[in-house]
Amino acid sequence: MSSGAFIARVKNGLWYENPGLVQLLGLCPLLAVTATFVNGLGLGLATLCVLVASNALVSASRRWLIQEIRIPVYVLIIASLVTCTELVFKAWFPALDRSLGIFIPLIVTNCAIVARAELYASRNPVTASMLDGLVMGCGFALLLMTIGAFREILGQGTLFSGMEMLTGGEPVRGIVFVDGGWLLAVLPPGAFFSLALAIAGKNAIDARRRKRRQDTMRRPGRVAGRLDQS
Amino acid sequence: MSVSPELKSGLTLALIAGVCTALVAATWQLTAGRIADNQQAWLEQSLAPALSGLFYDSGVTESIITIPAPHDLPGNADAIVYRVYAEAEPVAALFVVNARNGYAGPIRLLIGINTDGVVTGVLVLQHHETPGLGDRVESGKSDWLLQFNGHSLTDPEPAGWAIKRDGGTFDQLTGASVTPRAIIKAIRKTLEYFAAHADEIFAAPAESPEEVEP
Repeated sequence: MSSGAFIARVKNGLWYENPGLVQLLGLCPLLAVTATFVNGLGLGLATLCVLVASNALVSASRRWLIQEIRIPVYVLIIASLVTCTELVFKAWFPALDRSLGIFIPLIVTNCAIVARAELYASRNPVTASMLDGLVMGCGFALLLMTIGAFREILGQGTLFSGMEMLTGGEPVRGIVFVDGGWLLAVLPPGAFFSLALAIAGKNAIDARRRKRRQDTMRRPGRVAGRLDQS
Repeated sequence: MSVSPELKSGLTLALIAGVCTALVAATWQLTAGRIADNQQAWLEQSLAPALSGLFYDSGVTESIITIPAPHDLPGNADAIVYRVYAEAEPVAALFVVNARNGYAGPIRLLIGINTDGVVTGVLVLQHHETPGLGDRVESGKSDWLLQFNGHSLTDPEPAGWAIKRDGGTFDQLTGASVTPRAIIKAIRKTLEYFAAHADEIFAAPAESPEEVEP
């Protein structure tokens, strides 16, 4: 893979084809767990691991994949990987596992994963597929963390509270801005509002870029050129 | 010899299923011990608030007995008792009972009582009370349950085992009186049962004797 293609892949995963922001895949866990930053980070990391591993396995087995059985094969691979991830979380991050609850096993239903298997991993070599899983997973995890941080600051007035669930050690309250907060932000409606704001923000940035590009194309020289033709 | 496409699909699926099963089995082998330890530690940790102010050196869940229904404890279901020891001497018993007369179904309580018959802590394990009203009895949501620590059958007198509105000594919860009444009644009944049966409780053989510390 050339460096140009590599950069294009990274940009796609993080921005232009971001699974959460653009493809709107995997919204169920995204909306449900992002009440705090550490929850977003935990689920983001778990999803990232599953995505990289499932892309690798699907890509490695793509030569033997027969059209009719490809979906059951994806399901088998993804379900096993999620089960492994769940066991690893229970063994090494038990507090985070309790906090994320059912959403670790539910990664299996995250359509972002089966979408990458079908659209990319089943027709590309192993390293490229793993890179795709990595950038797509990072794009999803970054979105989870952004929304988690946003809702935590608004809803609890803190950031990074509960980081001990990942790092071990004493419970931490994180950075405290104010005591208490706007309860709605941590309730389910807050999740929808935050996601809507994130999507609107991305669209606004894209629109501004597009406008700037059009402006640079209408430089005086070009306008003059067109005038000459007419 | 050519293989039919159906057979080929089936064999491929079986092979991949085998690989996936092996993967999960290997992960399970690696993590099973740690997961069991974590769960035990979590259980001990979450039961500890019911033993406030006590010294004990046995595991909280090492010595369990079941008191089959019908019994004089609150609730109709079998009650579970965890016995806690310090240097092989009994120091407290934890009762898992169901308080009837909750606002919405039974309230599952864990009540810690030391050998002097004094409450060492009460936890709500499970309930269906109204969110925002009755559910404030939960330990994470208010300190309401802590007020029972240090009380016994004689302190206050039996008539005092009620909320203040009913002429008792315990705080109520604004907007919810059914839930506190049910819990106070359950604690008093458990204290009465313990006063009458303490010796039997500590004399009964544990249900998992191999786990009891010598």
